[in-house]
Amino acid sequence: MTRIGQLFERLKAENRCGMIAYLTAGDPTPDATPGLVAALERGGADLIELGVPFSDPIADGPVIQLAGERALKAGTTLARVLEIAKEIRKTSEVPLLLFTYLNPALKYGFERLAHDAKAAGIDGCLLTDASVEEAGEYVKQMRAAGLDTVFLAAPTSTEARLKLVAEYSSGFVYMVSRTGITGEQQNISDSAIPLVERMRAHTDLPLAMGFGISTPEHVAAFVGKVEAVVVGSAIVRQIERDPAGVEEFMRELARPLGKTGAGAIS
Amino acid sequence: MIATQPDAGGHFGPYGGRYVPEVLMSPLEELQHTYEEARQDPAFHAELDLLLHTYAGRPTPLYHAKRLSEILGGAKLYIKREDLLHTGAHKINNCIGQALLARRMGKKRIIAETGAGQHGVATATVCALFGLDCTVYMGEEDMRRQRLNVFRMRLLGAKVEPVTNGSRTLKDAISEAMRDWVTNVSNTHYLLGSALGAHPYPAMVRDFHRVIGVEARQQILEAEGKLPDAVIACVGGGSNAIGIFHPFIEDDGVRLIGVEAGGRGPALGQHAARFEGGSPGVLQGTRSYLLQDDDGQISLTHSVSAGLDYASVGPEHALLHDLCRAEYGSCNDTDAVAAAVTLSRTEGIIPALESAHAVAAAIRLAPSHPGQTFIVNLSGRGDKDIDIYRENLPELDLR
Repeated sequence: MTRIGQLFERLKAENRCGMIAYLTAGDPTPDATPGLVAALERGGADLIELGVPFSDPIADGPVIQLAGERALKAGTTLARVLEIAKEIRKTSEVPLLLFTYLNPALKYGFERLAHDAKAAGIDGCLLTDASVEEAGEYVKQMRAAGLDTVFLAAPTSTEARLKLVAEYSSGFVYMVSRTGITGEQQNISDSAIPLVERMRAHTDLPLAMGFGISTPEHVAAFVGKVEAVVVGSAIVRQIERDPAGVEEFMRELARPLGKTGAGAIS
Repeated sequence: MIATQPDAGGHFGPYGGRYVPEVLMSPLEELQHTYEEARQDPAFHAELDLLLHTYAGRPTPLYHAKRLSEILGGAKLYIKREDLLHTGAHKINNCIGQALLARRMGKKRIIAETGAGQHGVATATVCALFGLDCTVYMGEEDMRRQRLNVFRMRLLGAKVEPVTNGSRTLKDAISEAMRDWVTNVSNTHYLLGSALGAHPYPAMVRDFHRVIGVEARQQILEAEGKLPDAVIACVGGGSNAIGIFHPFIEDDGVRLIGVEAGGRGPALGQHAARFEGGSPGVLQGTRSYLLQDDDGQISLTHSVSAGLDYASVGPEHALLHDLCRAEYGSCNDTDAVAAAVTLSRTEGIIPALESAHAVAAAIRLAPSHPGQTFIVNLSGRGDKDIDIYRENLPELDLR
């Protein structure tokens, strides 16, 4: 079992909803990422999604697009992100999920990526544009190396597709709360909870809800509904504006989850 | 024999497929289903054929370019006049087809990407014709160099959204259109303009352009009593090329020659010759040849022709390339402009810069192939490119 599987067992035992934090690795520089990850962990993040920047991020809104541009300009590559993961592992056991698009992984080579990612302390991988239909070889290589493969389930997914997503996923299933790209939203989409109900019929895997979750109120709305929530663009925006405030920002977002975070004053 | 249809997953050999975020998978399945149904429906074909005939102006002529052939002193050149179609390029064939499908699916809003603006104009045109809401994404750089087409789209009632990401060209416009589609998928059809993207687009767009090759094949048989020795077309995404190539694929003696943009030269970033400088990868929904760096990041491209300025190529071309059924070469910016001048002055036809790449290849090949017959697909007319021709031919512009 990966650190991801262990995390969800622990969350279940503690009867607690987990906090998954996304950041674009290498934004603003590769050297800054380990420190930001440590701040997120201190602020209450249970799992870190390390975004690997891609030149053409079709599923991302402007906040993450621009973060990717900054990271690429700073020389971030998939290989460099694996170095960053090694650096994080020197001081932390937080579960790490690589989050990127197919082409950088394809160019790196699935078998090589699975091996190197495992060696770097990565626990799993999510490729936004790898549909389950096209994911056979990728899943095979990742699983052989003992890594989780996380896939997306969307409000538009048919029952047949949700079944496939469940089959190909391990660790957890990433629920997309609404149709759209990544980015902060005023309100939680009405399509989120019905999707959770439909997905439960196909899997016992933990479900994590993401896309558009950007305030403590949004987070609170999912407590008791899913095993974890994902915050992305809001964190990336905080890093852009004031990286020193990331820990406190994370702590505010995680507060409704009932975890104070190491070092928190409560 | 070469398979001329993709498998059930939309694969052309190792290429093609469906690589999109999960949100778009069901809409693509719906589109595929709608298209499969329409293909079997005689009423769909009757309406499409009628519009192609009475509205778009099909069939287009196959014209014997006698003076150009004589001057070159080699192969006999025929020109397939897609430039004479309504809106000035082949793009309208596909737009009429997809607008009919959008209506079948009950989608009232159309989005599209455009490079040179020809697909955007054709999309704006069919949206006016069918009373559909229309938004076209166009890179800022392309809006600058194709101003005339921007105005045409607006005149037709379409919104033109400038795209300011990345290289501000076709690739970035496609990404932005995909983001819109992900967000508004319930009421919106993405009218993709080339034989690119996720299944079923590459095969569907090809099918709507196949009429070019079907007509050309019949016309050359009537004119010459035999098949041509070569069919030549420019390849950006590759829709005009696959449209004219496809009906000739099983005619073994017919060379199929695709011409990519050689731009300013062979250095990465200076051209859009995917088969010369690229390698297989996944971009914007499909697996094909890509211009990319060692880390799998997509390269910037350059061509004087906005319509050829793209880092990937339709997946069926990738398969035809690997099978050596089609040959792909390139022509640089300078030769394309020179070919446009030659065609204008020998035949009185000003070609689009995209199509000028195919003309340039024909001019290069013809002298060494006496006794042979070539068909050149003239995919569009040059009116939209007048500003660029002026920039490149200052000696003609006595301002």
